Formats: sequence, C-alpha cells, structure tokens
Amino acid sequence: MKSNSITVVSRRDFVGGVFSAGALVLGGILLPLKGTAAATADATWQPNVYLGLEPDGRVIIIAHRSEMGTGIRTSLPMIVAEELGADWTRVKIEQAIGDAKYGSQDTDGSESIRDFYDPMREAGATARMMLESAAASKWGVPVSECRARNHEVLHAKSDRKLGFGELVPLASKQPVPKKEQLKFKSPAEYRYVGKNVPITDLDDILAGHAVFGMDARVPGMVYASIEHPPVFGGKLKTYDDAEARKVRGVSKTLTIPPFKPPYAFQPLGGVAVIADNTWAAMQGRRKLKIDWDLGPNASLDSVAYKKTLQETARKACKVARNDGDVDAVFKTAAKVHEAEYYVPHLAHASMEPPVAVAEFKNGKVELWASTQNPQAVQETVAKAMGLKPTDVTCHVTLLGGGFGRKSKPDYCAEAAILSKQMGKPVKVVWSREDDIRFDFYHAVAAMYIKAATDEKGRPTAWLQRSVFPPIGSQDDVAAKYGTFELDMGWNDVPYDIPNFRAECGPADTKIRIGWMRSVANIPHAFAVQSFTDELAAAAGRDRVEYLLDVLGKPRKIDLRPPAERKGPDPYMLDIARMRRVIEIAAEQSGWAKKKPGNGRALGIAVHRSFLTYVATVVEVEVDKGKLRIPRVDMVLDTGKVINPDRVRAQLEGASVFGASIALMGEITAANGRVQQSNFNTYPVARLNEAPVETHVHIVPSSAPPAGVGEPGVPPMSPAICNAIFAATGKRIRELPIKKQLG
Amino acid sequence: MPVTFTLNGKPQTVDVSPQMPLLWVLRDSLGMTGTKFGCGMALCGCCTVHINGQPIRSCVTPISTVAGKSVTTIEGLSSDNSHPVQRAWIEVDVPQCGYCQSGQIMTAVGLLKKTAHPTDADIDEAMHGNICRCGTYQAIRHAVHLAAQYQAAANRNATVAQNVAEGDAA
Repeated sequence: MKSNSITVVSRRDFVGGVFSAGALVLGGILLPLKGTAAATADATWQPNVYLGLEPDGRVIIIAHRSEMGTGIRTSLPMIVAEELGADWTRVKIEQAIGDAKYGSQDTDGSESIRDFYDPMREAGATARMMLESAAASKWGVPVSECRARNHEVLHAKSDRKLGFGELVPLASKQPVPKKEQLKFKSPAEYRYVGKNVPITDLDDILAGHAVFGMDARVPGMVYASIEHPPVFGGKLKTYDDAEARKVRGVSKTLTIPPFKPPYAFQPLGGVAVIADNTWAAMQGRRKLKIDWDLGPNASLDSVAYKKTLQETARKACKVARNDGDVDAVFKTAAKVHEAEYYVPHLAHASMEPPVAVAEFKNGKVELWASTQNPQAVQETVAKAMGLKPTDVTCHVTLLGGGFGRKSKPDYCAEAAILSKQMGKPVKVVWSREDDIRFDFYHAVAAMYIKAATDEKGRPTAWLQRSVFPPIGSQDDVAAKYGTFELDMGWNDVPYDIPNFRAECGPADTKIRIGWMRSVANIPHAFAVQSFTDELAAAAGRDRVEYLLDVLGKPRKIDLRPPAERKGPDPYMLDIARMRRVIEIAAEQSGWAKKKPGNGRALGIAVHRSFLTYVATVVEVEVDKGKLRIPRVDMVLDTGKVINPDRVRAQLEGASVFGASIALMGEITAANGRVQQSNFNTYPVARLNEAPVETHVHIVPSSAPPAGVGEPGVPPMSPAICNAIFAATGKRIRELPIKKQLG
Repeated sequence: MPVTFTLNGKPQTVDVSPQMPLLWVLRDSLGMTGTKFGCGMALCGCCTVHINGQPIRSCVTPISTVAGKSVTTIEGLSSDNSHPVQRAWIEVDVPQCGYCQSGQIMTAVGLLKKTAHPTDADIDEAMHGNICRCGTYQAIRHAVHLAAQYQAAANRNATVAQNVAEGDAA
C-alpha cells in the first residue's frame, strides 16, 4: 500500500495551541511560545484566559465551547474581537482543551452566548484598555486621548499610531483594570457584533480539510467497533471470536465491562473488535458469536409501555403547579374539553456518529473527541479508569452535529478503556446502527389536558398532566418523575387563566434517556399549543386572536421560586414580547389574507424556551394524504444578537429538525430491543420533504442575549398539526404524523 | 491483489481487501478524510465522490470495482475553493456543522454537469439522497441555483477567451 499521501493530523497541531498549557494569567505575564505556533514571535501576552496577543500582531482567541454547527466558534470570538478593537482578519481562533479555568464548557442548553457574552466583552475590553494605556505611556499623553481601533491604537491629536503587536511588551506590564473600571464600546461603534460574519471554518469545510472527530488520527492508532448488549442493562455471558479474528485487518477482540447503575455516561459494555481500519473492525464484529444475559429490560415493549404512560396520565398525578381551584370550576362548568397527546422516543442522529480517539500512556489519558463537553469527558474517563480528571486531557475537534447526544461521553470512555488494554491509541467509531440503537433517547411523553371554558370559549380552568421517563434516571435508579423538564413549557405556561394546575406522573426508565435539542419543550409545546388551537376551533374563533386573548394583557411574570426572588431578573417572562412575536408572525405570513382552502392552510404556535420567544406560522398543503410544507415564518425575540446570519441558520435548521419530529421521528422497542437502526427505519427530513422556505424574522432588541440553538424547534410540530387541522379538519394528537393523513 | 486507480488526477495503488469500500480506503488507508462516513448503506450521501465523473456512494463501492477508474473527492475539486459550487457555498455560507457538506457539494457538482440550469424539481430529484441533519436544505437549494449562474458565467468567459484566441490565430 502506498502511504505517501497520508495526512496525519500531528499532535502538535492538536496540542500545540499556545494556551493549552497556559495557566490563568491575569497579570502582565509573558508566556514563552510553545512549539512552532509563531516563528516570528518570542512571547505571547495573555491578558485573559480567552485571549492572547503576539508581538507579530496576531490575536489569538480561545474558543472554549464546542462547534457543532451553531457557529459558536465564530460568534463568541467576535465579541472579544469587537471589544478589543481587533481586525478580524488578523484573529486566529484556537479550540480549548477541557479545563475548569474556562468556566463551563458544556455546550448545550442554548447557553453559550447567554453565559459568556459578558466574560467575552470583559476579556476584550481588559486587553484594549491595557493597550491604550501602554500607548499613552509611550507617547506621554493622557490615556483618554488614545483609542484602539482596527488593530492599532491611535492618538488623533498628534496623528500617531502604534500596532497592537508593537504594544504587546508594554501592554503586558500595565495594571489590569478592575471589572468595574471596564469601559465598553457603544453598539453604534460595532464593526462585527450584529453583522453577518461567515463561520471561521468555512474554507476548511468546503475544501474537505476540516477535522471532525471522525477525521482525528494519531500515529500508531488502531480502530475499534463495539458490539453492545442488545438490550439496555444486558451483560456479556460468553463469546466466540474465532471467525472475527480471521477477517483481514482484525488483530484482537476485547471486552468492556457493563455499567454499574445508575447508568450516567458510562459505557454500555460489550465486545470490541480491534483492527487496522474501521471497515475491518466492523466486518469482524459481524462474525462474533455472543451469548448475552439480556437483563431486566428484555420485556420492554413500546406498545404496552405507551399504554401504561397514557393510563397514568388519565389519573391524578403529582401536582407541580396549582393556581386557584380547577376542581371546583370543573364541577360546575357548562363546557369542558379534554384531549390526549403523545410524542414518542426520538434519536439524535447527528450525521457524524459518536467517535473518539484515546491514548492511555503512563497513567494518563489523552483524547481527541467529537464532544459537546470536554469537562464531562475528563470526569467520565477518569471515573472509568480510576484516575483524576486532571489526568485526562481532552482535545475537542469539530463536531458533525451534536444535538445533545455528544454531551454524554460514553464513547470516549470506551476508547480510553480499550487503549489501556491495547497499549496503543484506539479510535472508537460508532456505526449508524450503534447510534440509533444505543442512544440516550429523547423521552417519550404521554400528556392529558382538560379545560373548562366560558361562553366565549375562553378557559376558566386548565388541568394538564405530563408523564415521561425522567432524565434524572441517569443519576438516580429510583427516579420516576421529571424535575427540570417541568420548567420546559409545562409549569411555565404563561396563560392568563385563574385556575391552572400542572401535574407530572411517574414512569419507569427502560432505555437510556437524555436531553435532545429543545428537550421536554418538544412534547409540552406540542400538547399545549395543539390544545389551545382545539379550544379556539371549538369556540369558532380566529387562532391568532384567541392565542393573544389567552395570553392576556402585557405583564411580566417572575418564574423564579419565591425564595430565589432576590434582585431583578433580566429574563422575566414578558407577555408583551410574546404577543409581539405572534403579531409579527401573523403579519409576515399573511395570516389575515390567506384563508384555508383546497387543502391549503396556515397554523400557528408560540413557545418560549431557553428564554427566547418564538412564534411560528406554518403553511401546509395536504393532497390525497400527502403533506407538503411550502412556507414557514418564524419570528424570534432572543434579545441581543451577535451574528444574525447564524441565528437565521439555526432557525432554518430548527424548521427542518422540527419537521422531522412532526412527520417521521419515532423510536420503538420490542423485546427490549430498539427496532430502528439506520436512516431507512429512522428517517429524518430530506430536502424534498423539509419545509421549502423558512422565513426568519429577528425582533430587534437590546435585552440580554437568550438562547438560539433550540427554541425554534418546539413550535414546529404544533404549528404543522394546527395547519393540518385548518386544511383538512383532521386533528393530529400523536406524533409522528406519518400515515395518519390517510 | 493491489488495485490501481486515479485519485484526483494522480495514479494511486492500494493493496487491501477487495471488498473494502472505497470510503474506508480513502479515509483509513490514504488519509483522505474529506469524504465522510454517515450510514454505511448508501442512505445519507455523506460519502459521495465521483467515479468517472458520476456521483456515487463510496460506502457501498468495493475497491475492486474502482480498478482503472478515475475517482474525484472533495479534495480534488479545486486547490483553492474556486470551483463554482464551492464559491456558491461560500457566498451563501451554507454549512452549519459542515459534516455532510462534502457529499452535498459532490452531488451538486454532478447535477450541474448534467443539468446546467436545474429547476427546483431537478434539485429535489438530485439532492434528496443527501441528508443534512442541521437542516441547511434551503441554503443548499439557493447555492445550487447560484452555482449554476457561476458556472454559466465561467463557461461564457471561457467561450469569449476561446473566440479571442481563435480571432488572434486568424
């Protein structure tokens, strides 16, 4: 075999970031450069953990959150560059390894901008003020006369300027301004924030040079494919690898022990086939003969499980929120409506399946992983190997999608365990079948809602129950009730109804559960927004007008528990903002003019999640049981926006992701085994099935930034189903829609 | 049995199992990782490359069937992202995570070779085999139309240049 064209990603490229070994330095300390990162420079000034300046003028900004397609590797550095006064073309972005010094690196919950907007501004402003004060002292002029702009500091009065690079040695010796002394740019001066900036990895992606986890290679690496127990909680009894080892390229088989409950992020256990290429490992795996102890979940059957959840939802459950007295109203109500809704288990199905490279050496582990959370990798791998988290170094590659799956680093621990046994770096590659059959599934939910209405059809009492296996089962074998899931579109329903009760019912966990893009907001928005539409229809009222009526007058709602209501909450639920997104969505979609007809109609839904308000109008066409979505209008109010083009992209993506959930997403199990395995049995929306046009409207706002990655998803499925009802009279209460249209 | 084929214009010989799919030969044997693994069953299009100019799914193409043929991968499309399809993808800023995009681009290049000015229906037909879980389909559709314009402009310029050259020769 010719090997002259092999491109091995060198360790230096991965490890050699000038900051990977640097400690938190807040004073003016010069760090000697490591490796070959900058031949022209001899020292880097690191005014902040997220930022470094080199004497050759290059600015290095650390991306400490994972890039899985949101553009975060571009958007957070934009904030630093903006406040610094840097020239974006002279900014180099380096990906951080997992390290507590960066704060949380857990890239989920649509939190990156929300949590790090201020730290990034502070990092940039700190360095800018030190550069200005360095220039002032050099010129002997007041610092107030010096302004940093476009990578240099200017003194307008004397028409002098100095480049950032020239100022590095002196700037590093300036006193570090205190947080309260920091001066920030006014938005009118912004050159990058609020503008469309292309993603930093664009060129590499289009040339095929970008390094995803799947592309990580280290010298001496071998490949592993792992046969997991077919049923969650199963264990290996015996196996025969004689045929597997005959496959060309296969060198060995190894075992991974089963997890000890609770399952957390531990590997599932199983038999690994080691080979000199991925395909050989996968082929060898097919030839294993394995006898499993299937364990306690072998009887899981989705049909029976669904029935149990639905029956639970029909009876009184645990009260999670209780306003007024719904029971008293129901006793005397003239009109009562009730309905049941159901959303199945779902799989994340990122295009890049879980993948990680690990090398165990001298009691330490180094990993190169497609992970949303390198700090969880450190903890999980350390626990699996009996090490300290600081003995684990995790390099973060680009992620080929994540959607919450890659927050859970079971596959990283697998690679580490196998590397220790092999004495070599091991790359664990999950197949698509592994990904679909052994996911941390989005939880199935059965929901029941009942409302009494007055003569105008407006609710006077509202009772809702949600029953689903909780994410808390990851860490607690006894967990049966949701906890934080109830803050996701259930307890926080902002309707102006005096009598309101939200309940949660118990459910056993028989397969792994985990958060997926938008989490419990998906079923909750589906049920609440569908039921609202049902009430509007029963009252014969316009859906938009009805929705605004049940939301009630503009007001602010403090969702914090009373004990935590100290000081103002910048993220209070604001009904005025919620009403505004609905009104804009109606206007932009032509709601008033487009009346249903010929199988074509509009549907609306509104939902606030991850502190962002989204109203969505979907237009559907139903023809002989076939559904087409020609147009979607999404309006979001997410506070300040850093990179509008990426917000648009996230919302267009949410439109497709939401359509997949509504139209076709479903994971089921029989005899404890998940029945779907690849895109033929777990379809996701393709180009010809996705909404044709998604128009994204961003509400201009100076409110603190909220979440963007997830909030576009929840309103999609109810808006689609509400449109279907308007077009056909058919009410969809269970997802996916699949063949329900006839 | 060694297999010889042309890879991005250069001869390439590999000695691997004849059943080994081209995808894994490219990725694991040759270190050409621009072509991605997504499903292993020709269901998602992440692994799309061209054989003799035709888009194919490399995850189900045994290396033995590639002998003597010409393979083009994303790395061979241009040396500087100057291909009309790459330029259109840049202009529209198509990728989100980017993982499926080399397959999307290779399929789009195949479409535009066959159909210089595709309609939306042509794009549906040609591109629906390439899944994007991030949901960049709308951007892809926009970029394919734009790439068609870039390609047409490039062809016009080439024709003009040729006419000028022929005029000079005359």
